[in-house]
Amino acid sequence: MADEKKKPTFRKIEATGPCKKIMADHFYELDEAAKSGSRKIAWCTSVGPAELLRAMGFLVYFPENHGAILGATRVALDTIPIANAAGYSPEICSYLTSDVGAYMKGETPLSLAYKGITEVPKPDVLVYNTNQCRDVKDWFMWYSRELDVPCIGIESFCNIEVSREPHIAAVSQQLKDLVPALEKISGEKFDLDRFKEVVGLSRRCSDLWEETLQMGAAVPSPLTFFDSTILMGPAVVARGTQEANDFYELLIPELKQRVKDGVAAVDGEKHRIYWDGMPIWGKLRDLSTTFLSLQTCVVASTYCNSWVFSDLDADNPFDSMAKAYTDLFIVRSDSAKEEYISKMARDFKVDGFLFHDAKTCPSNSNNRYGMPERLAAKFGVPSVTIAGDLNDLRLYSEEQSITQIEAFIEQIAEK
Amino acid sequence: MADKFYAGVDVGSSATKVVIVDGSGTVASMALELSGMDFVAASKTALEKAAKDAGTSIDNIAHITSSGYGRKNVEFANDTKTEIACHARGAYQYFREAMTIVDIGGQDNKIIKLGPDGNRLDFKMNRKCAAGTGAFLEEIALRMNVDMSKMDALARKSEEVVTISSFCTVFAATEILSLVRQGAQTRDIAKGAFRSVVKRVIEMDSLAGTIVATGGVVSHNPIVLELMAETIGHEVLTPPEPQFSGALGAALYAVDEGRQ
Repeated sequence: MADEKKKPTFRKIEATGPCKKIMADHFYELDEAAKSGSRKIAWCTSVGPAELLRAMGFLVYFPENHGAILGATRVALDTIPIANAAGYSPEICSYLTSDVGAYMKGETPLSLAYKGITEVPKPDVLVYNTNQCRDVKDWFMWYSRELDVPCIGIESFCNIEVSREPHIAAVSQQLKDLVPALEKISGEKFDLDRFKEVVGLSRRCSDLWEETLQMGAAVPSPLTFFDSTILMGPAVVARGTQEANDFYELLIPELKQRVKDGVAAVDGEKHRIYWDGMPIWGKLRDLSTTFLSLQTCVVASTYCNSWVFSDLDADNPFDSMAKAYTDLFIVRSDSAKEEYISKMARDFKVDGFLFHDAKTCPSNSNNRYGMPERLAAKFGVPSVTIAGDLNDLRLYSEEQSITQIEAFIEQIAEK
Repeated sequence: MADKFYAGVDVGSSATKVVIVDGSGTVASMALELSGMDFVAASKTALEKAAKDAGTSIDNIAHITSSGYGRKNVEFANDTKTEIACHARGAYQYFREAMTIVDIGGQDNKIIKLGPDGNRLDFKMNRKCAAGTGAFLEEIALRMNVDMSKMDALARKSEEVVTISSFCTVFAATEILSLVRQGAQTRDIAKGAFRSVVKRVIEMDSLAGTIVATGGVVSHNPIVLELMAETIGHEVLTPPEPQFSGALGAALYAVDEGRQ
């Protein structure tokens, strides 16, 4: 009798197919280049200077994307302990530990998804931006030592209220300083016009991705946070290319049609939730099902919005990149973050806040300085904090978390 | 025509509790079984016992609501509610005012805040680890080779204050070995363990207004109530059967649902 309700069904977004193709093309292109040496490959942190790398002729690979795949496929559970045993603490970024552990094990989930790919593409250069955290640099430095590949990057500011001219100037100069080293590795001369073109394409991608996410403000919402964690793929790995923009030009009309027709991503949407923090990659499906069965749509998130770079400006590429990558949510102070989430809560008409306290990602666990309590009081809606992790499921108690989520929704429903 | 009955089944990590009420919400019977590994069997046995004590049969129970960690395993339940909702409802049945409920269970703790109308304002659960729960006390009792049922009486004989600082249950056990080496008495360590539970609970959330403690730990170890009151400098109330508070809440929800 209990829980014999009709099983909830997922409403598939048709553009997911083309999204998967872009991801496949991305990995096959890198694989071919790594095997043939036809193109130089740069590894880049997820919100690193991808536009500059692309403009200088590199194919760009994002280890954090690989980290997310390790998490989603739960391969991370086998690979994290390998890095732990090599001296990389279970307390540090589990993208780092799962990825380094996978390399040490000689394994990649890409080989399961993409026939013919047996390893991640070897880099010619590793380029970081510490705007997210210090871990990305430590991560790349491991590969630099292991593969004897140069590791260069940008040391960013952190916890800033709002970026000011000295911040921008410092980051912009560091971006410019990368050019000579990159020219040497790529063998190509820096071309400002090409750089402007890539920044322009990336800005367009950012605008399209923002428009996509903004669809979640419709009632009912045509997409969920869980959809967005998949649909964001092109904005992450292919920003600065026409292909990424073409994909979002295809996706947006589909979502617009849903809004026009009143088609909900979650059947009978009753409650609307904001998700702060990292996804729990290995539990995306389960969490998505839980929310679906509770007729609750996670309509907005901090995480997916992290690939909106509205400050990019093709006419002023260095400074605008510096600003875009310094004004990111993750770089900002708690008060700036709170203001940002408050705006999202109003725009998306949320009924409650869910904070994911990811054990190994302090930079993106925004519950730790009283924000859930402050936001709940400000909006008069409940908040809940789930203890978990992006990749290390040893740090996630499913039973307890589901109980918390169900109680949270009960509380919203009783209001 | 015989009165209709309604049941709440609270399948916790340690014990499964059943409360049967009549249509007015008056308790007709209660039963408890260890949850063990078979939640279905434990809940069925407890329900049969409670039904027998209420002078009825399972067939005459109009609606069954299950709660607790094993709520989804109770295949004969009509619906489920979280233990947060049920503890709140069960406590409010006895104390009709704004309150903070502190529930100390076998493997988790909850702090639930209610408004004057019994509406839930907020809740917190302990993080993943079992610090401050019944499992922590069981581990300490095991380490000291003391029967858990004797811990309360033993702690009451304490004369010296012994502090257990470790957050982690495993580290606390190591700390106890160290205390034993230093000559600490078992009775003082027992009280230190109860004090540690209180510390872990009060750091979960602020405690305001009327404080009501529920759950198996306070039911079997009332010293926790005294230590909590001493620590926070505030009276701590408890319903008549604190371990059955969640099952009572579930039964009251069953009345609501069954009457619709």
